[in-house]
Amino acid sequence: MDPKKPRDSAESESARGAAQFPDEVLERVLSLLASHKDRSAVSLVSKAWYHAERWSRRRVFIGNCYSVTPEIVARRFPNIRSVTLKGKPRFSDFNLVPQNWGADIRSWLAVFADRYPFLEELRLKRMTVTDESLKFLALKFQNFRALSLLSCDGFSTNGLAAIATRCRNLTELDIQENGIDDISGDWLSCFPENFTSLEVLNFASLSSDVEFDALERLVSRCNSLKVLKVNRTITLDQLQRLLVRAPRLTELGTGSFLQELNAHQYSELERAFGGCKNLHTLSGLCEAMALYLPVLYPACANLTFLNLNDAALQHEELAKLLLHCPCLQRLWVLDTVGDDGLEAVALNCPWLEELRVFPANPFDEEVNHGVSESGFLAVSYGCRRLHYVLYFCRQMTNAAVATIVQNCPDFTHFRLCIMNPGQPDYVTNEPMDEAFGAVVKTCTKLQRLAVSGLLTDLTFEYIGRYAKNLETLSVAFAGSSDWAMQCVLGGCPKLRKLEIRDCPFGNAALLSGLEKYESMRSLWMSACKVTMNGCEVLARERPRLNVEVMKDEESSDGQQYKVYVYRTVAGPRRDAPPFVLTL
Amino acid sequence: MSPPLLGVEEGGGKTSTVATSPSIDGVSHDCLGLKERNYLGLSDCSSVDSSAVSSLSDESKSNLNLKATELRLGLPGSLSPEREPKLCLLNTGKLDEKPLFPLLPSKDGICLSLPKNIASGNKRGFSDTIDEFSDLKSSKYTEGNWMFHATGPASETAQSGGQGKFPGNAGLKAMLPSRTSGAQSAMPKEALPKPASECPRALNGTGVNQTRASNNAPAAKAQVVGWPPIRSYRKNTLATTSKDNDEVDGKPGPGALFVKVSMDGAPYLRKVDLRNYSAYQELSSSLEKMFSGFTIGQCGSNGTPAREMLNESKLRDFLHGSEYVLTYEDKDGDWMLVGDVPWEMFIDSCKRLKIMKGADAIGLAPRAVEKSKARN
Repeated sequence: MDPKKPRDSAESESARGAAQFPDEVLERVLSLLASHKDRSAVSLVSKAWYHAERWSRRRVFIGNCYSVTPEIVARRFPNIRSVTLKGKPRFSDFNLVPQNWGADIRSWLAVFADRYPFLEELRLKRMTVTDESLKFLALKFQNFRALSLLSCDGFSTNGLAAIATRCRNLTELDIQENGIDDISGDWLSCFPENFTSLEVLNFASLSSDVEFDALERLVSRCNSLKVLKVNRTITLDQLQRLLVRAPRLTELGTGSFLQELNAHQYSELERAFGGCKNLHTLSGLCEAMALYLPVLYPACANLTFLNLNDAALQHEELAKLLLHCPCLQRLWVLDTVGDDGLEAVALNCPWLEELRVFPANPFDEEVNHGVSESGFLAVSYGCRRLHYVLYFCRQMTNAAVATIVQNCPDFTHFRLCIMNPGQPDYVTNEPMDEAFGAVVKTCTKLQRLAVSGLLTDLTFEYIGRYAKNLETLSVAFAGSSDWAMQCVLGGCPKLRKLEIRDCPFGNAALLSGLEKYESMRSLWMSACKVTMNGCEVLARERPRLNVEVMKDEESSDGQQYKVYVYRTVAGPRRDAPPFVLTL
Repeated sequence: MSPPLLGVEEGGGKTSTVATSPSIDGVSHDCLGLKERNYLGLSDCSSVDSSAVSSLSDESKSNLNLKATELRLGLPGSLSPEREPKLCLLNTGKLDEKPLFPLLPSKDGICLSLPKNIASGNKRGFSDTIDEFSDLKSSKYTEGNWMFHATGPASETAQSGGQGKFPGNAGLKAMLPSRTSGAQSAMPKEALPKPASECPRALNGTGVNQTRASNNAPAAKAQVVGWPPIRSYRKNTLATTSKDNDEVDGKPGPGALFVKVSMDGAPYLRKVDLRNYSAYQELSSSLEKMFSGFTIGQCGSNGTPAREMLNESKLRDFLHGSEYVLTYEDKDGDWMLVGDVPWEMFIDSCKRLKIMKGADAIGLAPRAVEKSKARN
């Protein structure tokens, strides 16, 4: 993203000589590059390539909305059609970031309306989006096609109504897990009767009733509909009516799976599922009753992603279902399936690459609920291709983790959450240092790591020393001293995002990263031992970082801070609320 | 409790001006921020520690001190006079420990909305009202989990990691709940020094003990905000799911029964879980607290069994006397006056509630009376 340093004229001469293509050709070639990382690399080759790249770029990804201003983006990339923006720090998902922190899309839209009137796609994560912004979007961008809002807040279903009413060419409306004010489901009825372009519709996370007839008509006339994820208010018989009208679906999110069906309805539903030959992703299944799960079986033959987050299945039900999913690559379950359920996974899913096990009762202290190390262990024996895991459990041992990574050395994402903070190996009572040591030593491709349990500085020595490809690290309730953080900052060469909470890391640790932060996207530290003084020193030494400090209300002594540090070319942000102090 | 705030209070929350000076903050947020939200269905919460829940529900089903659930339609600073002092009394002790209402945001940002509200008058900007916690709302979360502040007893705080989300309230603009969630958080966290009986105003036997925290806190270690790291949205979904599937706890009933409650002139709707009440009286008190400023006082008459309500003139008096009446839409789509039918029948047929101006509801009275007569 940083503009390349200007080359001297001799170099660019030779570069031009070597590549005699007219700019148009070069642009055409470069336009075939999709990955933004590749494009960034290309833009560094020479001035000619830099310009060719910037003129040919259609999609821009901005991982931190405050690292750059919309004006700078628009100046560099004149022809953007698709923008992806991420806003708040990830810990805002867990309520660690106060409301009204920022990341409002408004200022971006104002610039885009002027510079990118042909904008087609907007994908936002953890941004604040108001209804006014949605209305503005619907009004100003005639070609607008795809809106994806993940974990955003600030809007209501009225804003969605504006989008539905006005965006004549809409192909995608994907509303996920947002802080949305769900006033009513009327927005769905706002799609005009001659509107047929929809391909992706995801309103699974909304709770209001929608007018079913409107939905049915919408599904009928949108022949290109590929992704349909409805909310819980849609019943099974309604689902059946939708499915028969959308047999080409590739992704389906069902509504409530809890309904009394008579025999006729059951067979109709089964037939409807049987008609869905192209389904590769299935989710929803809210409150699924074991009795009706079999209607799904005909649709599962090509399933690669099964999301059972909303279906608290027991292990028998899961086992039976998995028998029908031979191609499964990604599986998300609740820990109600237990270790037995995970053994069924191990038996039936040899191609599994990603497993996420969420806790059904995260705040329950009982240890005998949920999953333990043995479930994870079983999966590692059965699913050798596993490379992504997110695992919430109540007990774990060093030995189990060591075996797991031996079985599956290709982990790229290892996120283990032992739910009781600071809990040791429950068998040996030792810290979990060796577990994560094994992970980083064995899994050389590791990109993302989240640690938990009782951890001393040793864990972080291991991480710093071995995790050469680590890009994202999440730490909570761990470490003994500044040394831990120093090891990480001094070690992991590819580190981009570091988020820390409730660890005994202070100013020395913070300042040990002076050389590193500009090569990272961001650092978050909350409930640590950093003081204002340390933050001020950091801000002074590194003017190209934004060092933002918020008072931590949770702290007992009132002296703790939440610190968010990120690199930016935009300078201190102008929309910081009063509780955010930029040093 | 400082007199100034009381002064602000008179006449019901809706129209009082809210004091905006920071000096009031401490007090106001005491009263405002710490409103305990034992709203709906702590007893239904399976994800809440069951012991906590049951202990709560035991004593408080009929005790819901909804007064504490200061969901106010009006301005943030508005409190009903009789409620204030109590709250402040109760809260002052705790508040010292943790200034919930500082000029900086509370740990989970809930109280942040307060200063803004106080400054902004009646209407809350959307951003004030909807915070990320309203993920809760977006998930069809029927449990009425009141999230408490992280450091409270495990059962509560765990729920939220600081989320005082109002469960599944489609129309509920988080304004109030978010405030109260903050309040809730604070409450359980500290041992409430005074029992609810201190509240000068006994609410017809419906009042959740403000010292709810003391009811239910098993000596669980304090839960922490945002831990385990589960997305708010998912938390609620999980809670709902597991609750529905969990027979083990022996939680009664087939689940919560949320209906929307709208009120003429109110900018947003609320939702109530009808299963939380066993009589009209409770419902009306709860709604009264929710929509302060209108009186369902006559709900006493609404709440009585049909045959007692025969008296047409009594009904007329009631309708004329009160500013608002409570009506509901039944399964046939008809709008009926609340109170005609036995409670069980009512919750079976009620699809949504509406608090209408008495004048508008006059037309309903004859039918209601006829029905009563017919029934007899």
